[in-house]
Amino acid sequence: MIRFQNVTKRFGEFVAIDDLSLDIFEQEFFALLGPSGCGKTTMMRMLAGFENPTQGRIELAGQDIGPVPPNKRAVNMMFQSYALFPHLSIWDNIAFGLRRSNMPKDQITARVEEMLKLTRLEKFARRKPHQISGGQRQRVALARSLAKAPKLLLLDEPLGALDKKLRQDTQFELMDIQEKTGTTFVIVTHDQEEAMTVASRVAVMDEGRLIQVSTPDRLYETPNSVYVADFIGDVNIIEGATKALGDDRYQIAWVDGQPPLVATSHRPFSDSQPCHLAIRPEKVAISADRPENADNSVQGKVLDIAYLGNLSTYHVELPSGTIIKAQAANTRRISRRSFTWEDPVWLSWTATAGVLLAE
Amino acid sequence: MRRFFLIATPYAWLLALFLVPFLIVLKISLSDTALAIPPYVPKLDWAEGIGAFLSQLDFENFAFLTEDDLYWKAYLSSLQIAVVSTVFTLIIGYPIAYGMARAPDEWRPTLMMLVILPFWTSFLIRVYAWMGILSQEGFLNQFLLWIGVIDTPLTILNTNTAVYIGIVYTYLPFMILPIYAALDRMDGSLIEAAEDLGCSRLTAFWLVTIPLSRNGIVAGSFLVFIPALGEFVIPSLLGGSGTLMIGKILWEEFFSNRDWPVASAVAVILLLILVIPIVLFQRNQQKQAEAEQ
Repeated sequence: MIRFQNVTKRFGEFVAIDDLSLDIFEQEFFALLGPSGCGKTTMMRMLAGFENPTQGRIELAGQDIGPVPPNKRAVNMMFQSYALFPHLSIWDNIAFGLRRSNMPKDQITARVEEMLKLTRLEKFARRKPHQISGGQRQRVALARSLAKAPKLLLLDEPLGALDKKLRQDTQFELMDIQEKTGTTFVIVTHDQEEAMTVASRVAVMDEGRLIQVSTPDRLYETPNSVYVADFIGDVNIIEGATKALGDDRYQIAWVDGQPPLVATSHRPFSDSQPCHLAIRPEKVAISADRPENADNSVQGKVLDIAYLGNLSTYHVELPSGTIIKAQAANTRRISRRSFTWEDPVWLSWTATAGVLLAE
Repeated sequence: MRRFFLIATPYAWLLALFLVPFLIVLKISLSDTALAIPPYVPKLDWAEGIGAFLSQLDFENFAFLTEDDLYWKAYLSSLQIAVVSTVFTLIIGYPIAYGMARAPDEWRPTLMMLVILPFWTSFLIRVYAWMGILSQEGFLNQFLLWIGVIDTPLTILNTNTAVYIGIVYTYLPFMILPIYAALDRMDGSLIEAAEDLGCSRLTAFWLVTIPLSRNGIVAGSFLVFIPALGEFVIPSLLGGSGTLMIGKILWEEFFSNRDWPVASAVAVILLLILVIPIVLFQRNQQKQAEAEQ
């Protein structure tokens, strides 16, 4: 439905978007994820019509939307600051876009009531934006941008101003509304958890380029680069050099004096090619005794324990100085834990636990 | 106790510098004119008692103001000049303030400086400078003659036109600054939101920018209207004999006729007229402060 074709955007010398091509499909909940300054907001502003691409074209439903001004696009945007009109009531804010079209009055009333109901704001219709809470303002902004039933809704860091608890509730509300209305949502965020929760597909961006576009689980399980592995969730990166063992199995020589590690990879690596092994902390087991039959096991001592309640993350220092994080569920009372700070422990993981990355 | 002093200080200030002088003027307005120093009777004499003093006061001077049509004509003409000047100041000031608020950040201090710069020289000198510009042989006429727009010099000085020019010029910064402050505070994404929801640039300006700068417009208009109504220097320097303004009448009553009681009555009425816009202005400021909480 949306197609970026070799789009480049420059602001003077600065290249915000660098020759980027991307397809976004109908009724999708798509997330643009990246650190600040990666170009994700520029992408969104080009979709809304506030910026024009320097090169390349953007298609919406097969039509080039370059020459279409923002007020003529079937695209609405929910602003990061919400941009509610402070001089208008909640009702008038939601009706604002409808009144600009040729919709008859009674239909506008019906549509606004519908939107108020969808976002559970009926009680606040007569209030001004400064008389309601942050979470309610966020819902007004959503209702206002949905009122015109756009083909595409853009959400610019929509939950940035909310506290954590409210944000989590609102994320599910957003997904509900997206399913109910069947609108294509494109969300911009720097919060990887938020992107993973709400989106059906996520594009990880850096310096104006797409690094990986995939579903949240694939991004997490099979990142295509150290950048993505590091950006999405917590990860241990072990540098080394490969040696093929056949059957997609590779031996990785890493720190001198340590036995080589074993990992599988569908991507081929040549012998002695430098590589990075990325392993999620929860896939590393921690035990007081040396585990038997483990593909990989290393010994170290506990340096730090981050206690999260249900989970604990152990920072284990190996003799070479490398620190590896292991995460374990706290299935036993904390007083019965068999190891604590400075204790020698064994870390182990299977050959399939990690991902071998070239860069 | 500290709180009491904190609150009492501004009230004491107002009492000493506003209420007491006003009561003195009010008292003079109720007195009769006399050839004496000061030129009015009665004077408070404790030997005769307060009652005798009060019994000599009357509203004769106020009645006189209604008999001579010079006064109400002067009030009306002052109102008209003040209203028209305010409108012109708004028409000229709004685009300037808008341009300043939209200017790049690094330009703004300079633009702000340019608006405030005239205050660095005496107001009187600037009005005299306008006499040089507007007179028959002035710069404006010479320039218009030189480019050939006119054949004979225009008579601008000593007319109401000159008064309008003088007032608009003098009070323009008072209009620009509050409007600029209102526009500067405005979130730029509001305009984008309006466009996103289907507004053209012009309707977005009309439906969002203007209502959101309303407080600035109201504040600026009062800041121009209130002093312009009682303006004395500009009409007496730039205006002609036909320019009727209450500030000028007031001055003439005091210094030419030495009729302090009538002059005081004129001043009291002027103050009553001004109380209405001042109260409205205060309410606007208060509403704005509440909205910002």
